Amino acid sequence: MLKNIAKGLSIACIVGMTMAVSAADTIKVGVLHSLSGTMAISETTLKDTVLMMIEEQNKKGGVLGKKLEPVVVDPASNWPLFAEKMRGLITKDKVDVTFGCWTSVSRKSVLPVVEELNGILFYPVQYEGEESSKNVFYTGASPNQQAIPAVDYLMNEIGVKRWVLAGTDYVYPRTTNKILKAYLKAKGVADKDIMVNYTPFGHSDWQSIVSDVKKFGSTGKKTAVVSTINGDANVPFYKELGNQGISADDIPVVAFSVGEEELSGLDTKPLVGHLAAWNYFQSAEADVNEKFIASWKKYMKDDKKVTNDPMEATYIGFKMWVKAVEKAGTTETDAVLDAMVGVSVPNLTGGYATMMPNHHLTKPVLIGEIQEDGQFETVWQTPDTVVGDAWSDFLPGSKDLISDWRKPMECGAYNVKTKKCAGQNY
Amino acid sequence: MILKSIKIILLNLLFFTPLFSNTLQEDIQPFTKSSFKTKQKVVENIVLNHSENEKLTLVLNTLLKGNLYFTKYKKEFVILTKKEGKIYHTTNIFTGDILEPKTKKMFKKVKTNNKLRSIIKLKLAELNLFSKEEEVRLSSVKNMLKNINEDSQILVLKALKVETSSAIISILEEMSVNYKAKFGTQEEKLKAIVALKELLSPQSLQTLKEIESSTKDEEIKKLAQTSITSIETSKSFYSLLETAFFGLSQGSVLLLAALGLAITFGVMKVINMAHGEMMMIGAYTTYTLQQIMPNFIEYSIIIAIPLAFLVSAMVGVIIERLVIRHLYGRPLETLLATFGISLILQQIVRSVYSPLNQEVKTPEWMSGAWEINGALSLTYNRLYIIIFSLLVFVAVLLVLKKTSLGLKVRAVTQNREMAQAMGIKTGFIDAMTFGIGSGIAGVAGVALSQLTNVGPNLGQAYIVDSFMVVVFGGVGNLWGTLIAAFTLGEINKFIEPAAGAVLAKVIILIFIILFIQKRPRGLFPQKGRDAED
Repeated sequence: MLKNIAKGLSIACIVGMTMAVSAADTIKVGVLHSLSGTMAISETTLKDTVLMMIEEQNKKGGVLGKKLEPVVVDPASNWPLFAEKMRGLITKDKVDVTFGCWTSVSRKSVLPVVEELNGILFYPVQYEGEESSKNVFYTGASPNQQAIPAVDYLMNEIGVKRWVLAGTDYVYPRTTNKILKAYLKAKGVADKDIMVNYTPFGHSDWQSIVSDVKKFGSTGKKTAVVSTINGDANVPFYKELGNQGISADDIPVVAFSVGEEELSGLDTKPLVGHLAAWNYFQSAEADVNEKFIASWKKYMKDDKKVTNDPMEATYIGFKMWVKAVEKAGTTETDAVLDAMVGVSVPNLTGGYATMMPNHHLTKPVLIGEIQEDGQFETVWQTPDTVVGDAWSDFLPGSKDLISDWRKPMECGAYNVKTKKCAGQNY
Repeated sequence: MILKSIKIILLNLLFFTPLFSNTLQEDIQPFTKSSFKTKQKVVENIVLNHSENEKLTLVLNTLLKGNLYFTKYKKEFVILTKKEGKIYHTTNIFTGDILEPKTKKMFKKVKTNNKLRSIIKLKLAELNLFSKEEEVRLSSVKNMLKNINEDSQILVLKALKVETSSAIISILEEMSVNYKAKFGTQEEKLKAIVALKELLSPQSLQTLKEIESSTKDEEIKKLAQTSITSIETSKSFYSLLETAFFGLSQGSVLLLAALGLAITFGVMKVINMAHGEMMMIGAYTTYTLQQIMPNFIEYSIIIAIPLAFLVSAMVGVIIERLVIRHLYGRPLETLLATFGISLILQQIVRSVYSPLNQEVKTPEWMSGAWEINGALSLTYNRLYIIIFSLLVFVAVLLVLKKTSLGLKVRAVTQNREMAQAMGIKTGFIDAMTFGIGSGIAGVAGVALSQLTNVGPNLGQAYIVDSFMVVVFGGVGNLWGTLIAAFTLGEINKFIEPAAGAVLAKVIILIFIILFIQKRPRGLFPQKGRDAED
């Protein structure tokens, strides 16, 4: 009897020890995306992308011989909850890296936490710039990688002379429009040729605004709308344009927040011919892209699933993190932060993405036209990749600032004129 | 004049000397290059040299639709007829031969962009001016309006001789007037400038402004200026009418949303926070109906109206019987309970359908706009919804004033105890009232499905507005709701151009708060001895 008990105990001990040892043998990866609430529509896809990439990496043996273990939390589109969840991920779950956030307000909410606790955050969405953190890697487009080239395309290829800047009322459109207005003025566009308009989230009564756009655009000078309208307010906006007889050939709309995912639930007929500016389209012709799309459809077990730009940014961020960890030989934060700058991985459009000292990437800019099947057809592309600018060259407060996280400068907002380093602008 | 005739002679020579120039097939070879500027030159060239070629419109139309491809191997130009996954079915554009289906890697698309398409449309418009189909001619002449010059005038005069449709003739004449104002003789110019005044279109205004700034003749300049002022006065008048229409349209949406609430709030003093979700249910009923009968979209809205009424009414009655009945006289608990119900309903819809928005199609007869003149056009969907909301209002009024159920409802509203004493089953009336109120909200949801996104959050966007209208108009009073809804709609739309959408809403809220200070019972408070509680 005693012998049996002893046997049982020793087996339990061994099992317990191996479990403890194997628990220490995984690397924890945090996923901080809304799985419920208004942003769930956009963010759930990114959670699944990270999980798919973790599964693929584990099939290759993981990283540094250890398997990756995802820790998924749901901040539920609640911005303060993002900060709380981030704190939990770093202190309680002991994640070595987090992939997360979508809206700028969620990122601003997480910023002080990730800097205080010295964590790593990969932020995959196009945003308004004016930020650079030691602990954040911005794999989405900054304004000079999306907004500015789109305006250039309209000005040079389409010959646009009058501009309507229409956006949803929050930090991203407001800051982007500030930059664009300064840029347009620098290019000689008069004040009276720029019309700015803000609407609340979910705005559905576009009659007067579209009528004003129509009047603004019927003076004989080619007019275009630069849209930072976010969320489902886009649907009644495009519908009203169609109802009031404005086609994409009359007044084209270039959007920065409308991608394949948003189009997949829409009647795209009134949108055909309108434009969007991104760094990636599902229709991009590259073998690596076809493989990615195929494995995504297989992973989600749904042939109708689409891929979009934030997914590509998540893909690039993940691959870069893996490469940096392998380069540093450890997942320890400071070593990885040091190893990350200069890391270069292939992107999904057939080129390469490199992590710059300001923690932004080199990305190509693609302008695409919406097709009836909800895909984009590229009509213009930058010949080379564009280096992301954290601080806009067109705003008086930012044009003297640069960001460089390599030693010895290690500063996110260094003023080249006064030679002083400003702190983080929470 | 001499230069013009020489130009015409040379053009004709070009038409009639195909032996000395390339075939259409040869001339479109540069389409294989990717530069849009090259493609532009090709389009201009082939329209100039091959306008008699019957394949020209086919090439241009195919290119416009995005179906023109060429084989990578032989640079043969084909039309994409069908896509089966990665396999493309194509036919040769010139011979009509059907090619073997091949993978998409064997083809390259002749891509277009916005600017190129505008140019193609313009050229096609000139060619399509003489098409057999009226719709094609109408859209082509509308396109040509943007580009008035000597060549277009020749075509316009040619078309005026043979055109039969009055709509097209009026546009052709407008083009002719615009041309004469710019390029005619002195006498023609003077007459044309006066005629342009009547046309009111953005094109006429533009032409007049160009003439006014470029002409050196004093008489013409003065005449152009008076025409411009006349047009601008008319335009501001019509712009006022347009804003009034927008206000009516927003008012009609508010009316539909608030009508049901006026009844439940008025009769039972129940603050129903789930009212918005009744509208959402009506909208989802429309969506489900369209899924069930995808071939009858044109009738789907008509059928959806009574259906949505029934569905929402049923849900309303169930809520009343299960929850609200037990909480009469306890407004705070009712508020909390109905708030909880609204969350439950939202989550049910999210689980049954999906958390994403659903697409509700607009029938053809509700799309587009009614163009009254060059300065005023009213969109059909909003026009129909205004009419619809008034019909619903009249229907509800008739039910309340002319039916026995309505009589009992009004009795219970005025004095519950007295009505009970008269033998009215107040419990049954309460359930019926809640049902009617919810049913009207469902019908509002059908209208909303045409104007806004249909998603689980649809109700949340309208609940505050509904309460605002009811409070402002006077609880329980239908006429109060009508006037309040349209007043608020008009105020909102008149403030919006000046202050922006967000600030306009804020101003309205402040206005209502101040108004309530002066008249706490709203615009048309209820009369009656017991109404003071």
